[in-house]
Amino acid sequence: FWLAIIGVTVIGSLGTNSVVKGLLSGCIGLWLATIGFDDILGAQRFIFHPALGGGVNIIPALIGLFAIPQVITMLSKGRQSEDIEVIEVKRHPLGDAVRDLTRRTRSLGIGTAIGSVIGLIPGVGGQIAGLVAYDQSKKFSSESERFGTGHPEGIIAAESANNAMVGPSLVPLLTLSIPGSPTAAVLLGGLLIHGIFPGTDLFDNHPRVAWTFINSMLIGQILMLVFGLYISGLAARVAQVPQSVMAAIVLGLALFGSYSVQSSMGDVYVMACLGIAMYFLERFGYSAAPLVLGLILGPIAEANFTQGALIADATVGRFEYFFSGGLNILLIVLGVASVGYSVFSEIRSRRGPGAEPAGGAAT
Amino acid sequence: MSRLQHTISAGLIAAVGLWVCWISYTQEPADAFLFPRMISSAFVLFALWTFGKAVLGMSKAGDGVSSKLILNMLPGLLVMGIYLFIAAKSLGFYTATAICFFVLLSLYDPAPHRAAATWVRRAIITAGFTAVMYGLFKLLLKVYTPRELFF
Repeated sequence: FWLAIIGVTVIGSLGTNSVVKGLLSGCIGLWLATIGFDDILGAQRFIFHPALGGGVNIIPALIGLFAIPQVITMLSKGRQSEDIEVIEVKRHPLGDAVRDLTRRTRSLGIGTAIGSVIGLIPGVGGQIAGLVAYDQSKKFSSESERFGTGHPEGIIAAESANNAMVGPSLVPLLTLSIPGSPTAAVLLGGLLIHGIFPGTDLFDNHPRVAWTFINSMLIGQILMLVFGLYISGLAARVAQVPQSVMAAIVLGLALFGSYSVQSSMGDVYVMACLGIAMYFLERFGYSAAPLVLGLILGPIAEANFTQGALIADATVGRFEYFFSGGLNILLIVLGVASVGYSVFSEIRSRRGPGAEPAGGAAT
Repeated sequence: MSRLQHTISAGLIAAVGLWVCWISYTQEPADAFLFPRMISSAFVLFALWTFGKAVLGMSKAGDGVSSKLILNMLPGLLVMGIYLFIAAKSLGFYTATAICFFVLLSLYDPAPHRAAATWVRRAIITAGFTAVMYGLFKLLLKVYTPRELFF
């Protein structure tokens, strides 16, 4: 429970100039995660429309929170031709990319370290790891004003974090049977079908399966390099598509993508409502990242809180159960420290010589 | 951005927070709302803090919305709303997608409306995109979408 709460508080400083707004976004995400039927008592919670009967499905929510605000942003630029941003795709030899990488080891280190640590937290994906690494790399960079313009430090930090979190993300699954993502849940299901229980059973009795997972990560990295080098040149051309066409394409894909998850129009409505709301929230300094993390970690936090509350009621009482013991205290201190650090960073960035203008977005 | 805009947005969020909090503390069974109570309490706390800062003019993050921005996005938002909430279900996904795509292109494509070539290009792009969506979702992924009006 405390681990999930820490996940939300850490993200409080992300993508927004205001820690309180970051934490508020996290709370909104946690609240959205409670919509639907209660797992233990089966009680209805916040079901104001039949579309919300099954709760807020994570995939349509992600599409809505990330894609729809971008569509509206593109539309909000109107039909003026000068707003069309035509990006020339230049050749960038592999040697230059490697040289960029070796010159910016600090960003590489920050990205790798943050990606590895965030990968260990169940439910947090590469998106979050990339955003945290980008944010921290920007804070430590002497060229922070160049972030957001394709500066290599930002790209290196975000992409190394994105890749670094893949291996560690399997740790909670293989050691604690906690599936941190839909993919991990599928893997868990596959293992259980074969009578293999992740944890000591997996490593003691089925070491070949465990090593298959570990080796596949290694092979995956090599394959990703090959495919990445081949496809990245083509992918860059997407930036040349006019914004009016891109907005219409993304909107169409958002409709089909959110509907396809459960063949439900309810998911489409949820996606649209969240997306439109998120656009306006972003205009007022709220960020999608903490909201998404709250939405993902909400069920994990609630399940562990409810489980803990039931055990506490039968044993030592809730206060003692949740607020005593070395691990609880450590996690609470970490959570408070992360909020404290974010507040300190915010105050420092406002007072410092390189303070951002009032309307500026952090990422 | 004006203090008024910040105050209105923060006030709306605070109102939602208070509403969620009220529901969490009044609905039964209480055990099912234990976690929502915790969350909504923090929600209200942060929302009221943000509202207070906005009222005092201390809230600065975000660019807000200008009248030009609203005027630019309004037609697109209307088309998007009709597409997602009405047309997709009543006309069918592919028909609605084709119409919405074409309308959005016509509204936001900077090419001159008077040139016939512009309309031909828009129609070709629309047909191409709809065909790709049909091939991908109907034929390849076998996604069963709501019944189409025209086919």
